[in-house]
Amino acid sequence: MAPNINPAMMEALQHVKGYIFPNELELQWGILIVIYPYLTGLVAGAFILASLNRVFHIRQIEPIYRLSLLTALAFLVIAPLPLLFHLGHPERALEVIITPHLTSPMAMFGFVYAWYLMVVLLLEIWYDFRADIVGFSKTKTGWLGMVYRILTLGFMDTSEKSLAVDDKMGRIITIIGIPSAILLHGYVGFIFGSIKANPWWGTVLMPVIFIFSAIVSGIALMLVLYVVTGRARNTPIKTECMDAMGKFLFYALVFDFALESLDWFHRFYEAEESIDILVLLVSGKLLFSLVGVQLILGTLIPLTTLGLTQVLEIPKKPRKIMYFWSAILILIGIFAVRWNVVIGGQLFSKSFAGFTTYKPDLIGRESLLVGSILLIMPFIILWVLTRFLPPWRGVGKEISHSS
Amino acid sequence: MIPPQIWRPLGILLAILLIYLGVRSFFVPATFYQYGHFRGNSLATIASRPVQYAGKKACMDCHDTIGEKPYHSKHKTVSCETCHGPSLGHVEDPSQLPSLKPTNKEWCARCHEANNARPKTFPQVVIARHYPDKDCMICHNSKKLEKKP
Ligand code: HEC
Ligand code: HEC
Ligand code: HEC
Ligand code: HEC
Repeated sequence: MAPNINPAMMEALQHVKGYIFPNELELQWGILIVIYPYLTGLVAGAFILASLNRVFHIRQIEPIYRLSLLTALAFLVIAPLPLLFHLGHPERALEVIITPHLTSPMAMFGFVYAWYLMVVLLLEIWYDFRADIVGFSKTKTGWLGMVYRILTLGFMDTSEKSLAVDDKMGRIITIIGIPSAILLHGYVGFIFGSIKANPWWGTVLMPVIFIFSAIVSGIALMLVLYVVTGRARNTPIKTECMDAMGKFLFYALVFDFALESLDWFHRFYEAEESIDILVLLVSGKLLFSLVGVQLILGTLIPLTTLGLTQVLEIPKKPRKIMYFWSAILILIGIFAVRWNVVIGGQLFSKSFAGFTTYKPDLIGRESLLVGSILLIMPFIILWVLTRFLPPWRGVGKEISHSS
Repeated sequence: MIPPQIWRPLGILLAILLIYLGVRSFFVPATFYQYGHFRGNSLATIASRPVQYAGKKACMDCHDTIGEKPYHSKHKTVSCETCHGPSLGHVEDPSQLPSLKPTNKEWCARCHEANNARPKTFPQVVIARHYPDKDCMICHNSKKLEKKP
């Protein structure tokens, strides 16, 4: 033991390698800040998938169109929670909305979020489900019927003409919505990308990579949800829908992978003074989560399996299984992407000469427990939403407004 | 004519926006943007609080020989009220003594516990291994020091 070091410091130093500054010993952004971009990414991805269908009229993915919108909503509702848990003073979040400052990217989140939630998602869902809401408002009784009646906003017309107006409005909102979704998640990438003091984060490619990984994760999530809901509701899982989503997933993943590689080529060629520590980071602390999970498990394996489905004539059944498990791997891989960005960026010292360690707590305000609850909550909300506004049009069993 | 299925939801959004602006104008403190992105009269609020500290100069009017004591001579670079606490009341009425005269180890540890983050030249000891069973002041407030362990 070094003679002039006190025991508490000695204990802490065992988790440290090389030279780090004192304030880098403990990570400021932990597991909850990993979950936050993961959730918003799923929101943006699910929404962009829905928009593809809407704007380009891709008939094959029609069955998951309405489910994607509800999924985006369910995840969006939970998305700010990790931040509030992380900050620990939820009431102070309001001050950022009351007196926002343009130089604070964090302060802008409230507005990006409000815009996306209210102007885009809620309006879009309202126009898409309006006919159903009107239907339910006529048949449901009690407080539930009341909610439906309020949601009709007193407009009960479901004639051809008014449905056409719904459709038109839906399209307009989608067109506003696509850039908004990109803004929402690009903004999350910007929070990291704009930190020029941190070489792992501070690159202009960051928002772009965030958006593409968001699209990838959103499509993967919808593919999984399509299979799971299909199984649960005992409706046929359409091969053409799976094929279309598998194709999108493959190309989105190719794009995402290409962008990430570009980022690395760029870093290597530029070879700034930080490159040595980043290489050490990737080959040491992040070896498992970046090379193992993100690259091999979450990118190369799904790329290969999805690639095979594109070039080979694989029979329906194994093909669907390949889509499904690739999507699961991708969901795990994108989680690793978020982990590597958020945690990786804080593991190395700004002196470029040392590392610290991160181990999340099991219980507590910022812990694995809270993290897992926050990851499960959107699915519970989604389940409630699908009860309230059944999205299963064109999926098999039709909804009846009388049940 | 705009059909109700367009103006009603948009009207609600507009209403939410107006409510936000209303709530905001109600909650933003009156002097918020006066000097910058903070409440202007917070300066006045802070200035109006009662003064607590007298400053080292004031102490030296009466305690000009304190620096001769071994402990105080070592700490001549530290302002008196850092250790003795805010003492304006004592300056105005010397019979009302300063609140603090801390000699316990936890107190010394605040500044002297060995810590790599402190400048190398600053005197530091690992308190747990520097005469753990004795009171710091026995040695450090006398002219005669024993050997450093
Ligand atoms: C007007 C003269 C005067 C000034 C100015 C003054 N003191 Fe004193 N101080 C005294 C006197 C007299 C005593 C002795 C009181 C006693 O023993 O009853 C004393 C005693 C003390 C003691 C010993 C208290 C104890 O419990 O034994 C401390 C500590 C002290 N002063 C600190 C300060 C500090 C710090 C300042 C500057 C903020 C200061 N004094 C300014 C007159 C002054
Ligand atoms: C690093 C902390 C520290 C600083 C700085 C400090 N003191 Fe003290 N002072 C003490 C302690 C501890 C005692 C009690 C000594 C004892 O009990 O032996 C003390 C005692 C005193 C006493 C009582 C007389 C005595 O010797 O016991 C006076 C008077 C006093 N201080 C005045 C001052 C003045 C004036 C200053 C500023 C020039 C000052 N002190 C700065 C810690 C400090
Ligand atoms: C507010 C911070 C502070 C506290 C509390 C404090 N000291 Fe100090 N101490 C200093 C400073 C500053 C110096 C002067 C360092 C210098 O000159 O470089 C010093 C110097 C010393 C020295 C001289 C070391 C040397 O080699 O010159 C000793 C001994 C000492 N302190 C002992 C103590 C003891 C014992 C206590 C607790 C009763 C104590 N100090 C509390 C700040 C503090
Ligand atoms: C048995 C006497 C004794 C006791 C008790 C004692 N010290 Fe010391 N201390 C010494 C001696 C001797 C030195 C060396 C003096 C020198 O180098 O000028 C010293 C040096 C120091 C130094 C300066 C170290 C440096 O590197 O310059 C500090 C700070 C210090 N002591 C703090 C404390 C504190 C705090 C306590 C109470 C926990 C304490 N001492 C208790 C005897 C003692």
